[in-house]
Amino acid sequence: MAIVSRGFQGRRRPSDHRLPPGQYETRDFPVLSAGPTPRVDRDAWRFSVVTEGNERRSWTWSELMALPAEDRVVDLHCVTKWSKFDTPWRGVSLDLLLRDVDTEAEFALVHSYGGYTTNLPLKDLLDGQAWIAYRYDGRDLAPEHGGPARLLVPHLYLWKSAKWVRSLQLSARDEPGFWETAGYHDYGDPWREQRYQGD
Amino acid sequence: MARAAVSGRLGERLRWRVATLVGQRVETPAARTLVLDVPGWPGHLAGQHVDLRLTAEDGYSTQRSYSIASAPDGASLELTVQRVSEGEVSPYLAQDLLDGDLLELRGPVGGWFVWRPEQSEPILLVAGGSGIVPLMAMIRARRQLGVTTPFRLLYSVRTPEDRMYVDELQAPDPGLEVTFLYTRQVPEDWPRFPSRITEKDMAAVAWPPSMLATSYICGPTAFVEYAADLLVELGQPPDRIRTERFGPTGD
Amino acid sequence: MPEPAHHFQRSAHHFQHTPHPADPFADEPAVTDVQYDDAVDDDYEDGNALAGPLSELFAVDVVSAQGQCTGCGTTGPIAQLRVYGPGPGLVARCPVCGQVVLRVVRGTESAWLDLRGTVSLQFRLGADR
Ligand SMILES: Cc1cc2nc3c(=O)[nH]c(=O)nc-3n(C[C@H](O)[C@H](O)[C@H](O)COP(=O)(O)OP(=O)(O)OC[C@H]3O[C@@H](n4cnc5c(N)ncnc54)[C@H](O)[C@@H]3O)c2cc1C
Ligand SMILES: [Zn+2]
Repeated sequence: MAIVSRGFQGRRRPSDHRLPPGQYETRDFPVLSAGPTPRVDRDAWRFSVVTEGNERRSWTWSELMALPAEDRVVDLHCVTKWSKFDTPWRGVSLDLLLRDVDTEAEFALVHSYGGYTTNLPLKDLLDGQAWIAYRYDGRDLAPEHGGPARLLVPHLYLWKSAKWVRSLQLSARDEPGFWETAGYHDYGDPWREQRYQGD
Repeated sequence: MARAAVSGRLGERLRWRVATLVGQRVETPAARTLVLDVPGWPGHLAGQHVDLRLTAEDGYSTQRSYSIASAPDGASLELTVQRVSEGEVSPYLAQDLLDGDLLELRGPVGGWFVWRPEQSEPILLVAGGSGIVPLMAMIRARRQLGVTTPFRLLYSVRTPEDRMYVDELQAPDPGLEVTFLYTRQVPEDWPRFPSRITEKDMAAVAWPPSMLATSYICGPTAFVEYAADLLVELGQPPDRIRTERFGPTGD
Repeated sequence: MPEPAHHFQRSAHHFQHTPHPADPFADEPAVTDVQYDDAVDDDYEDGNALAGPLSELFAVDVVSAQGQCTGCGTTGPIAQLRVYGPGPGLVARCPVCGQVVLRVVRGTESAWLDLRGTVSLQFRLGADR
């Protein structure tokens, strides 16, 4: 058992919120990075979906902006143990983006600009649970937080909410992504504390 | 001796040790040296660091790396921590500790950013801010062993009061040349405007490439990238430049 | 592909991004044209910071071993990789091409080490290591 460092608090503050097991509340918005921050020009930006039958559907930035957006206030839970409550986002629901996509796939592998990937069940992206988010707290989403646009799936640990999102690859098979191939859980439910494989 | 002790740990993975704070020294308004007593300390090489693990009452825990400032002379171990504003750990270490407090540490670690007394080539040390710490261990090791290898130190700080170990660096030490650079504010009558390190500054201290000197650069990441590029542009072979990056400066 | 460098020390200011092998859009121009703004991007340490975490797994010092990047072929000490993290894990990238050379994740009861970006690691077994 580790020894306690007298008087050491860390950045955490006592929380009035209901926290998932093992989490602490933070008020700032920590930036975690696994590589340099990509800068993606909105003119070149595309968001695409490809099905198991290799059918593609793509949206340009202006096409995305033309779609009805939703404003949502959600709680974020990062696997590095911080949680941030009541964060305001704007984005396009994946229900809308996936509405006309013909697929039997059960899983999605999310790809990002910069090469990041993460996997999750397709059903976790539907039914009002996930967005392509492009505004945070009333402003355009900053590059360090995933701008121009990131995936937002707040009911799973935040590494599933891929920053700089670029495409969804739908498949019958669950193919592990960047962190999932290095020990992290394939599903990642913060309330069941599914941090690592086997949790 | 340090070297024998270090190889003594071959075959044994490192474990966390408990150190006791036995003294503190104020180095600058923002930096403090922590003197630690570490039972069973195996000795270290100049340039190595330790990982510190802090644990709060409720079990929350976090780790940071700190370079060893003291020469490898057995008994006690010194670290120098510079307070980073808004930092999670450094303000605690640089202002809240009391003598007798316990700290968990793992080390010594890092076998690459080290100076070994048997190296006979001239040495250039380039420090930005708290990057002086592991380089100071090299200067102290050289002096302690009475080695005559020529050393040059180029030390860049924001203002004169940000210089650590200033008395020690200004005391006579044959074969050691020290140059200070100021990026925000210079001492009175100083012949240079405050500015970040330039090619001219670097050219004044770099050893001629033919001497096959080794250069050690340490400090905030952006400083190290910039200083290493300057040395490469001045013709230093890249494989004779050793760097250690402390991370972003935060401003 | 960037010019192969002979040593990790040479800092390259523009990584070229290598798409994921299974990436269905790998041919799209926007995918390979991602820019990285080095002037503001200093949020990394280097391979020296891996020494402690790797000492939990290895009895020899891994950061002074020479590694070769599978992306661009450059060889250099592990200490000179760019290291991002620490959470969710430590990601060490080639400073020349940006390829992920090594990753370490520390879980509660396990650690994961991924070396897929390394052709090989060469350890000097001199008497004094
Ligand atoms: C091998 C090694 C040796 C080291 N040796 C020493 C030493 O001898 N002495 C020493 O004082 N330090 C040393 N450091 C640095 C030290 O480990 C800590 O990083 C430092 O003390 C800050 O920790 P902190 O918890 O106070 O700050 P943290 O809470 O970790 O935050 C760091 C600060 O950086 C800034 N920051 C963080 N992220 C970003 C970002 N994305 N963009 C811009 N700014 C950002 C913020 O201002 C923040 O306050 C060393 C680091 C390494 C890797
Ligand atoms: Zn490479």
